[in-house]
Amino acid sequence: MSNVIGIPVAAPHASTTNSAGRVMAIVMAALAPATLFGFWLYGWPAIYLWLVTVAAATLGEAFCLRLMGRQASPVLFDGSAALTGWLLALSLPPWAPWWIGAFGGLFATVLGKQVFGGLGQNLFNPAMVARVALLISFPVQMTAWIAPLPIFSAAAPGPIDGLLILLKGLPPAFDAVASASLLGFAKTEMSRGIDLLQAMAHAPLQAWYGSRPGSLGETAAWLIAGGGVALMFLRIISWHIPLAMLAGIALPAAILHAVDPARYLDATTHLLSGGAMLGAFFIATDYVTSPNTPRGQLIFGAGCGLLTWIIRTWAGYPEGVAFAVLLMNSLTPIIDSYVKPRIYGRDRKGVALEPGK
Amino acid sequence: MGFFERIFREPRWGVHPDNHKRPAADAPLRVLPPPARLYLPLHQHVGGAARPVVLVGQKVLKGQLLAEAQGNISAPIHAPVSGTVAAIGEVTAPHPSGLGFAAISIDSDGEGRWIETEPALDPFALAPEEIARRTAAAGVVGLGGATFPAAVKFALGKRLAVSTLIVNGGECEPYLSSDDRIMRDHADQVVDGARIVMHAIGAREALVGIEDNKPEAIAAMQKAAAAYPEVKIRPVPARYPMGSDKQLIQTLTGKEVPADARAAEVGVLVHNVSTCAAVHQAIRLGRPLVERIVTINGGAVARPGNIFAPLGTLADELLAFCGLKETPARLILGGPMMGTPLLHGKVPLVKGASGILAFDAREAAVPKAGPCIRCGSCTQACPMGLLPLEMAARIRAGDLDGAVDFALSDCIACGCCAYVCPSHIPLVQYFSHAKGELAARERARLRTEAAKRLAEARLARLARESREKAAAAARRKAERDAAKAKAAARAEGAPA
Repeated sequence: MSNVIGIPVAAPHASTTNSAGRVMAIVMAALAPATLFGFWLYGWPAIYLWLVTVAAATLGEAFCLRLMGRQASPVLFDGSAALTGWLLALSLPPWAPWWIGAFGGLFATVLGKQVFGGLGQNLFNPAMVARVALLISFPVQMTAWIAPLPIFSAAAPGPIDGLLILLKGLPPAFDAVASASLLGFAKTEMSRGIDLLQAMAHAPLQAWYGSRPGSLGETAAWLIAGGGVALMFLRIISWHIPLAMLAGIALPAAILHAVDPARYLDATTHLLSGGAMLGAFFIATDYVTSPNTPRGQLIFGAGCGLLTWIIRTWAGYPEGVAFAVLLMNSLTPIIDSYVKPRIYGRDRKGVALEPGK
Repeated sequence: MGFFERIFREPRWGVHPDNHKRPAADAPLRVLPPPARLYLPLHQHVGGAARPVVLVGQKVLKGQLLAEAQGNISAPIHAPVSGTVAAIGEVTAPHPSGLGFAAISIDSDGEGRWIETEPALDPFALAPEEIARRTAAAGVVGLGGATFPAAVKFALGKRLAVSTLIVNGGECEPYLSSDDRIMRDHADQVVDGARIVMHAIGAREALVGIEDNKPEAIAAMQKAAAAYPEVKIRPVPARYPMGSDKQLIQTLTGKEVPADARAAEVGVLVHNVSTCAAVHQAIRLGRPLVERIVTINGGAVARPGNIFAPLGTLADELLAFCGLKETPARLILGGPMMGTPLLHGKVPLVKGASGILAFDAREAAVPKAGPCIRCGSCTQACPMGLLPLEMAARIRAGDLDGAVDFALSDCIACGCCAYVCPSHIPLVQYFSHAKGELAARERARLRTEAAKRLAEARLARLARESREKAAAAARRKAERDAAKAKAAARAEGAPA
């Protein structure tokens, strides 16, 4: 046979220019404003911590791929490991010691992802697996918040001091800046028998634009939300999970706050505190570990929100986004097997429609 | 299109591939001079292959019957040129396997002399059955690519009292513009054909669905249909796979065809615009289907456009007529979304071929497949509401029954899922593989069952025979015993 052309290739003979790498890159771009704000707010130690965490997550992925005898570079190039490290870094206390970032980053990609079989195979969100592992193993380091100390302010540590803080921990000179997050403060005061109406009078600084104690990337709630909305417009994520999760937090909070403001924080505080925004827009929306139908996503998001609020309100931890997301991750296969889209020509149960109707 | 329109007006399913229709669609229709030799496969349609009725060496006229329909669902083949039957043998099938199938070759005498035709001056005076008969005799099949014999569908529509004819001018496949061209250049034929089909099936109205990326075709069709209020031109949003029967029916009528049912059961019948034009030719002029418009397009083609060519022309000759800028990196019969790759250009033009695409290296590049990231793009794109990622995961693990539980059989292989997949997973390949495996398994099961039935019948027969033998032996024994007893009685009685 003359002039044989190529090999048989299955249709379609056209494909989208989208790729996993592009998706990861856009998510990173959407995270960038909040991250830069975090860098500005918490200075050099935060920058170093972010670098260490991202590097550790990438290293963990490369190590596993090598172990399996696969070429590491094309897989690393899709950026998913770096994104995992990035998200983990944003959920860490900004002045945490280097080994928190290193351990967390490695844990996230090695035990949270590659053990399951790599990209697309993990049941749980790797960044949240690592965060919870760190929180349970090192509760002191993981709740050591600092008051914001913008990078160019006089009291802020310079590049060298920042590196020393990262490597050797918080020196005594900076002890004064240690502080509590609002959710932590509320929980502590409640456990001391002081109700919220009195406690809030001397609550920690709660600037609306995010200049307050908290994790590296989560205090800038508006920047996070802005990045999330941008992702929706670019069709990277749909609105279902974020909206359902925020509603799952806000609705019970609003109702119980109206019933008893002395015991329950209001909805706005809940939404703007801790990891609510980061969780709703960037963590819970992780493709791999969330349901893949719109209705399933609504259930999943609402569950994440409700569990977050329950843990914050009644459980031992002041913050519950990571736990809530992991719990709902474990439900994802069940949601997916019960909530399926209606097939054309069939009803919701999959039975063929009657021709007469 | 505005942002709000994009969100609220567009259907939720489908994809928006770059359409690449122009400049080919705007180039005027060109007529291919009949090549010296044509190759007419006996199987260009759904159903049984046609049976040759000519002999090698026989002279034939243009439009003369070469092979007759065989069985209830089949279509005849006619000579596209006048000339001599050169051979009846194998040619390469338009199929990725590149295997051969039976075909009749004809050497053209270059004169193009038609047979005596039987034009119908007033088709609407004919009985619907007569229109179906003439359409069947003209070898008209669905020209949109399905190639289902048109007359069989007429009979079905008549039996189920279909009220609406849907004329499919969607042509949602990128690169293709043969339907666009026929609507622009021969709108009157399309409208007339549609009215004849309406008469044949007893429909009250015809809805012509045309994607809104073909404004010239819409204008031409509106002009041609102006005198006939029962023929309504309906622009539909350009979105792949709008040209799929089920999706077009839903968009135009809001009706959904039930799973495992035919469109006629919800009162609609779909025919392609080119099929309608072919019906017009068959009834008004009495001419069988021997030529068609085919789009020659793709990055490797120098002068892309639409060609009016006799069936049986080799793809190579069509490409040579349009000129090649470079050696094509891939040849495709049909559109890029559902078309069949051809291994070489020595493949004849068949009735269902709306386009032949010659891709350059850039268009033919196959991105490397990565792991599924469960992004759900495929579930959003699927026009059938399936979960391609779940089906593929099960097929990958060899769990075909699991894939069937996710309604694999409802997949229309439109390719939306594989198109949007950011990891470039060849999802359609997975599904085709699984469907093939399941079909093979079903055949094996039927064979086993037949063998089992035969074995059981044999055992039953053997048992029956041995039972009958035993009964006969017992009967004979009883008779003998009775005779003996009688004889003994006589012996005893005699001395006394």
